[in-house]
Amino acid sequence: MLQLPLAHLLNEPIGVAHFMVVGAVMFVCGALCMATKRNALGVLMGIELVLNGANINFIAFGSKYLRNDANTLGLDGQLIALFVIVLAAAEAAVALAIVLNFYNNHDSVDVDRAKQLQG
Amino acid sequence: MDAIYWPSFFFLLFGLLACGFAVAVLLATNIVRMAFYLIMSLSATSGLFFLAGADFVGAMQLMIYVGGTLVLLIFGVMLTSQERFVEMKTMAGDWIFGFLAGGALLVTLCWVAFSVPAWRGIDRAAAEQLQVEPTVAPLAMGLLGARTDEGGEHGYLLFFEIVSVHLLVVLVGAAYLARAKISRGTAAERTSHVEPGAALPK
Repeated sequence: MLQLPLAHLLNEPIGVAHFMVVGAVMFVCGALCMATKRNALGVLMGIELVLNGANINFIAFGSKYLRNDANTLGLDGQLIALFVIVLAAAEAAVALAIVLNFYNNHDSVDVDRAKQLQG
Repeated sequence: MDAIYWPSFFFLLFGLLACGFAVAVLLATNIVRMAFYLIMSLSATSGLFFLAGADFVGAMQLMIYVGGTLVLLIFGVMLTSQERFVEMKTMAGDWIFGFLAGGALLVTLCWVAFSVPAWRGIDRAAAEQLQVEPTVAPLAMGLLGARTDEGGEHGYLLFFEIVSVHLLVVLVGAAYLARAKISRGTAAERTSHVEPGAALPK
């Protein structure tokens, strides 16, 4: 069922699917980082990885060098990737400010100890 | 044995670097090492963007992400790096559940990626005919609302303005949120400490 064309990987041009595999690995690593890290900054790094995995998919679907037909996203993929990069910068700034505030008030960056908002 | 197709070789190189350092971010326990691995992973990602023909986005990835966002993250690491936060272990139960869920997600995503024939790649003969086109001018026109590339319909001027103002507001808010904690004493106590040039009280 699952045919990975690994045998001709160096001789044949790569396609969208190969980019998607790289994006999937980065996405899963980021999601696991968000779930398992106890340091709040580790969670932030997981978010960055997730956004990058998504960005790889946008770029791959927008590229016309990776598939035979013309059903690509075109430049829309690259434009959306640019917006994702800018929004990731904004998100990192706000999240870092929240983490520093938490660190100032509680003297800790352990997300397990951030229980004040728990019901 | 055919000759090596060099773009595929470079894809393999950058893809393995990006994936390997992403896994290293996940498995490392030292927060400083995690930051370094993240820099390597995101730099390799910009190489993948160049390979897909997105030269401007690749350059922006290097400048904004690696040069800006990650420097911000490393500042956060330095500001909070007390001894007890540098190494934080995860519980074994979290790892087991995480790897089960993550492995299932990864297998599903890879299976979906290779189940569409059009996504498998192009013929080598067609690939050798391709001409690389610069993307900077069409991207700039798209951001200003007048698409010049073929097939492009919608401009992104409103998006562009909203994102710009959003970034400005967010950065001002972040600077306000992250300022140092002011002491909770009376006004007389506060003013007595802030003589310019005086040594800071311990």
